[in-house]
Amino acid sequence: MNFVAARGDRTRRISSALMTSLTALCTLLAVGALFIILAYIALKGIGSLNFQFLVDRPRPVGEGGGIGNAIIGSLVLLAISSAFGLPIGIAVGVYLSEVGKSRLASIVRFIVDTLTGIPSIVTGVFIYAILVLPMKHFSAIAGGVALGLIMVPIVGRTTEEMLKLVPHSLREGALALGAPQWRVTLGVVLPAAASGIATGAMLAIARVSGETAPLLFTAFGSRFFPTSLNEPIASLTVQIYNYALSPYDEWHALAWAATLVLMTLILGINIVVRVLTRRKF
Amino acid sequence: MAPRVDVPERREPPSAPSETPSTQPKISVRDLDFFYGRTQALHNIVLDIPERVVMAFIGPSGCGKSTFLRTLNRMNDVIPATRVSGKVTIDDHDIYAAGTDVVALRRKVGMVFQKSNPFPKSIFENVAYGLRINRVTSSKSELAGRVEQALQDAALWNEVKDRLKMSALSLSGGQQQRLCIARALAIRPQILLMDEPASALDPIATSKIEELIFDLKKQYTIVIVTHNMQQAARVSDITAFFLLGKLIEVNATEKMFTAPNEKLTEDYITGRFG
Repeated sequence: MNFVAARGDRTRRISSALMTSLTALCTLLAVGALFIILAYIALKGIGSLNFQFLVDRPRPVGEGGGIGNAIIGSLVLLAISSAFGLPIGIAVGVYLSEVGKSRLASIVRFIVDTLTGIPSIVTGVFIYAILVLPMKHFSAIAGGVALGLIMVPIVGRTTEEMLKLVPHSLREGALALGAPQWRVTLGVVLPAAASGIATGAMLAIARVSGETAPLLFTAFGSRFFPTSLNEPIASLTVQIYNYALSPYDEWHALAWAATLVLMTLILGINIVVRVLTRRKF
Repeated sequence: MAPRVDVPERREPPSAPSETPSTQPKISVRDLDFFYGRTQALHNIVLDIPERVVMAFIGPSGCGKSTFLRTLNRMNDVIPATRVSGKVTIDDHDIYAAGTDVVALRRKVGMVFQKSNPFPKSIFENVAYGLRINRVTSSKSELAGRVEQALQDAALWNEVKDRLKMSALSLSGGQQQRLCIARALAIRPQILLMDEPASALDPIATSKIEELIFDLKKQYTIVIVTHNMQQAARVSDITAFFLLGKLIEVNATEKMFTAPNEKLTEDYITGRFG
């Protein structure tokens, strides 16, 4: 046996090395871009970041002011949208994976996929028409529902995929013990897929926490701390939008700082959910 | 002349259905056909299984023995596009009759699968699962007692009694399979179906499962599917041989492995095919 490379092997090894370095380069580009964005935001934002900025509400130009009300507003909006979007999304996923085996299920799946692709501003206008107009004013509830509606298809599809990864033998094992279908789903299949579903939920929350357009028509924004869910409410994204569009350099700096806070907030939510849903078994 | 299969010495005299016609069979199957879509997997099966015996199903891969086993607790119901015709009666109840409570049936007919499938829960919760869903008891101490009893019966208690709260997935393959047996025993079924329970286990774990089957026979009617003919010879009282979806021969295990009635059985047992 001769292990010395033959002539044909040379081109094979060269093309292999070429493709390997090409994939490495592309990975570097993608990750590099992310880090440049993060570093740039941190660099621009850290200067205006202080305690006063985090707890105060917006003030006129020259008087400083902060984004305390926007941080609370964003958290309130995320809470409303999660309370609305996560249960419905998970239920859709359970239906698609565990219950619906018929033609209806594939139609639902197609609709859910289409829903994922709907521009978020359309969702905003839709909620404006069905919630804001009848109520005659903008509100935190309308904003939360708009964000929740964006979450439903994302959570639904990831839940379905995660449930499909649960081995069929687990379902059979539970059925063979005399468990009815609903108990198998609730007691065995869903817990087995919990960490995957939580990842899907996290992605959905991260996705909507960066949304601005649907909030312009629904939650609108506010310069004050929220006192009720039935009134317009501030959010980080809309606040960033307002600061960034202003002609004042001082407000531009505030926009950078608010962006830094938003990114940190999303990172924080991700870490908390990860810790809470860590695989116990 | 092909070599004969060694038959180990039996510890109890076998009881074939033909020798005990007076007793009522625990499970009685008549004219059973089974279809996956348009493919017929079982042809006209007729079989009686007496109470408190171990019956083994042998046959080459794809002969329908697992499919047949799964018709006995209607586990095939969960597979789409399957169809069954004929009659399966357990204690005189037709289990395919309209209005049959499948949940109650499966409580009475436990099942252990080829691949161990513990739930991603603690060891204790795995065994307690069947008790909880069937609302067997509301008292904590009784629940713990029945979990312990099931683990004792499955010969696993001594190995896990100090770590009941640990994940079931931390157990070895053989322990996981015995846990699945304990889980099935906890709800005290009358019949235990075992689908190649030792096929993924090493010889030591396999012999533990086999000893267990021998002990369980005192209380349960056991139907075991196996690829391993030595195993069938070791653990069972009666053996049924399947080929291409047909039941070729049912006989006392000792007779089956020494002087089968059918030529096909002899060919299979002596290793001419399959």
